[in-house]
Amino acid sequence: MANKTYQLETVTCPSCVAKIEGMLKKTAGISEAEVMFNTSRVKVNFDENVISAEEIRNKIEGLGFKVLGEK
Amino acid sequence: MVRLTKGKRVFISGVLIAASYLLKRLIGYETPTVILMIATTIIAGTPIFVKAIGAIRYRIVGIDALVTIAVTGAVLIGEYWEAAAVTFLFLLGDYLEARTIEKTRSSIKALIDLAPDRARVRRDGVEVEITPAEVRPGEVVVVKPGEKIAVDGTVLEGSAYVNQAAITGESFPVSRRAGEPVFSGTIIESGYLLIKAERVGDDTTFARILAMVEEAQDKKAKTQKFLEQFSRYYTPGIIFLAIIMYLITGDLSLALTLLVIACPGALVISTPVSIVAGIGNGAKHGVLVKGGEIMEKLGTIKVVAFDKTGTLTVGQPKVTGVKAYGLEEKEVLKLAAIGEAYSEHPLGKAIINHAWVELGPVQETPEETEIITGQGLRFCWAGEIYYLGNRKLFSRNGVNLTPQEEDDLRAEEEQGRTTVLLGTAAGICGIISIADVLRAEAGKLVTDLKAQGVKKVVMLTGDNRRTAAAIAAEIGLDEYYSELLPEDKVNILADLRKRYGRTAMVGDGVNDAPALASADLGIAVGGAGTDVAIETADVVLMSAALRQLSYAIGLSRATVRNMKQNISFALLVAALLLAGVLVKTVNLSFGMMVHEASVLLVTANAARLLGYGRNKDRV
Repeated sequence: MANKTYQLETVTCPSCVAKIEGMLKKTAGISEAEVMFNTSRVKVNFDENVISAEEIRNKIEGLGFKVLGEK
Repeated sequence: MVRLTKGKRVFISGVLIAASYLLKRLIGYETPTVILMIATTIIAGTPIFVKAIGAIRYRIVGIDALVTIAVTGAVLIGEYWEAAAVTFLFLLGDYLEARTIEKTRSSIKALIDLAPDRARVRRDGVEVEITPAEVRPGEVVVVKPGEKIAVDGTVLEGSAYVNQAAITGESFPVSRRAGEPVFSGTIIESGYLLIKAERVGDDTTFARILAMVEEAQDKKAKTQKFLEQFSRYYTPGIIFLAIIMYLITGDLSLALTLLVIACPGALVISTPVSIVAGIGNGAKHGVLVKGGEIMEKLGTIKVVAFDKTGTLTVGQPKVTGVKAYGLEEKEVLKLAAIGEAYSEHPLGKAIINHAWVELGPVQETPEETEIITGQGLRFCWAGEIYYLGNRKLFSRNGVNLTPQEEDDLRAEEEQGRTTVLLGTAAGICGIISIADVLRAEAGKLVTDLKAQGVKKVVMLTGDNRRTAAAIAAEIGLDEYYSELLPEDKVNILADLRKRYGRTAMVGDGVNDAPALASADLGIAVGGAGTDVAIETADVVLMSAALRQLSYAIGLSRATVRNMKQNISFALLVAALLLAGVLVKTVNLSFGMMVHEASVLLVTANAARLLGYGRNKDRV
């Protein structure tokens, strides 16, 4: 299990939060995902054997949200 | 697809839509006009469409999807102008919202900017510059005027005036010299310090405050959870209504307009923006509120219970007077200082400090000392056996007090002082009175809290009844509870809650952690430095300035008021829009404009909270 926090560009509409969370939770290998609206960050708990941090990043960007950084 | 920044995209589509509006007025709906409008729609709409399609793949319908459907519909029925206007307004709104939301978060950004970015350490006699995270505990850090201290540690050498605003919110510089602690993120205004690093990187107080403030922002308020629940039904409800309306009236543009206003953007955003601005404002003023729910609760407390030592008082007892019987006062003080030479007791330290000030350093040490726990001590000096301690010590050893001595003792205790007696088996030779200095603003704070509508302000202390009573009278407390053990405090808090309602416990976190945790709201004072307090309390006042409590309550109320304004405004706009659409006075682009404007207004209103306290009054 690995943890990663992605910094997104400013998230403005709370429906974006639902969208990103929904997408991540439906993705195989991700056990937990939380979007923090005020800090525009996404906390993800995932299984490295199933999905890589890079793939998650691409998935978030695929929804149209730029990822500015990760840690 | 060409990669455009948000700003450029807004600008280009803005120019295009202005041009198409002009053409519409000049030549009407001709081919070039329509082409321009479609171009606007595509340029402004692409990011919206991309997001919508991305989300639909996961079967999530967001506002992007609704706007996409509405715009596609508008193009299909030939409403090109509406399509262009809606996409442009949505894009512009999103852009402006990002800017204003960033503003509400600016206090916290400012805090992050205070983080030190480099440190100068001495390695093998050479000064090297590295990042703060690379400093190893134990290394010597060199800080010069105007520079930021990059670690938590103790001063080894030098002296300086340090601005600790980053930690305490107090911008008045404090003096720091060898042996004293300094914090990361604070700035040396003048002077020069060599500091032994103790905590570095993410372990520093500053880094932990930052992490906590960041976390606090996203702890949702109750109202916020409720509104999110509400919007979960509102949006599908409106979509359903749109379909019904279309089936009944066959009016596609009416149905599409309903879709555009279906996202209750202003409503959902109304609470988080207020909370984040409120928490940011607090952080800037040295008040750490851990999350939205606590921000909502703070303003509604009915009882404030204070711990005494270290909270209402400075926590550093000082000798206030010496009474001698048969000896000189100075002799009493000197003998007591000798007796306490090996003592670690705070009262003993107060005596030694006072003797040092009055008589200079006392070099002599007792020939023999025996500590009697809970009573004091017995020591032997110059062939004589002395007792030094409380009344119990003397009665146990068969020494009786004269009526005069009894009276003196009572008089001191009734003034809120603790007494230490010095004597031999033959009788008392002196009484030393010690008082812990009350914080200057304690009385003012009690008055302020009462003025803010707090029903009861009380004190919980382990100290004796007379001392407690004296302090309670001096600062105007409603009630006091004395001679308490930590578990008694928990019981009393439960009782206070039952009698008066929501109860806050204010303590320094040193020995009242259970009480802080069991109260409805735990408030820690002087948070910088005490880890337990920062972790367990709901609200942390970073500096020892008690008046911040009254500020925090005011801020909480201002935040809640701001939230309520936002919610009522958002509800009103949603209701008006819905009514307007149904009676057909609101069309697609106007609906979008009102929707975006309401989100902006709500955010701008929240940004006003950043200025709370600037002119000391209400927002």
